[in-house]
Amino acid sequence: MSPIFYILAVLTLAGGLASVTLKHLVHCALAVTVAFAGLALLFLQLDAQFAGFAQILVYIGAVVILIVFAILLTRGSDLPKEGVFSKTWPVGLLIAAAVFAVLGWAVLQSVRAVPQQAAVPAVTVRDIGIALVGRYVLPLEIVALLLTAATIGAVIVAMHEKVRSR
Amino acid sequence: MIGATPLAGYLLVAALLFAIGLAGALTRRNAILVLIGIELMLNAANLNLIAFWRYGPHPEALTGMMFAIFSIAVAAAEAAVGLGLVISIYRHTNTAELDKISRMKG
Repeated sequence: MSPIFYILAVLTLAGGLASVTLKHLVHCALAVTVAFAGLALLFLQLDAQFAGFAQILVYIGAVVILIVFAILLTRGSDLPKEGVFSKTWPVGLLIAAAVFAVLGWAVLQSVRAVPQQAAVPAVTVRDIGIALVGRYVLPLEIVALLLTAATIGAVIVAMHEKVRSR
Repeated sequence: MIGATPLAGYLLVAALLFAIGLAGALTRRNAILVLIGIELMLNAANLNLIAFWRYGPHPEALTGMMFAIFSIAVAAAEAAVGLGLVISIYRHTNTAELDKISRMKG
């Protein structure tokens, strides 16, 4: 394990932890940006260049901007008086801790079964492109359809409508 | 020790990130923070996919990589629709706090 992995892991986890614990929603959006960047660097560390740059483009470029827009449009920068955590937060924390305990136990139990070391896979972006229009062309078309439908659906759902009588 | 194998290290980081996202989605009151928690969980799953692709027996088949790329695309669509729903709910109820949206309560 290289020290770079530990640095990136700490960066990612600190960003994730900050994004769910900070009070101001804008700070949460900034922290989640740090977490997404750390994940992209972890992808690069795993020799998955294409996925790393797609992560930067899609998440830091689009999703975080969407989140900031939603925060500002819903006046989320105002602090609620009752606190930022729901009344049932101990239950949620307990469920999350239980899920992590099960996942961590499963990973540590299977340490011997997983491969120890692997050679760096010689995969170029050219290979990924050929696979996308060859073997994976049907999923690619379905994802294109899904993205079109989601874009139209998001616009229709968020579109301004006439004020109806309550 | 965490650093027993590289794959186990990545899997543990992904599990911890998933737990953090789950805790955020379950404990926060604001709907946007719930969506951020869901995004963190999806990203943790992507990290798992990439790690298994990298340390799996056949990385040249690109299976895990393709799965992660399609997962990123679907997560982007989910974020767009989810945030559109949050904005729509805010316009109807004038709040994004999930505790206060109780119109469908019997």
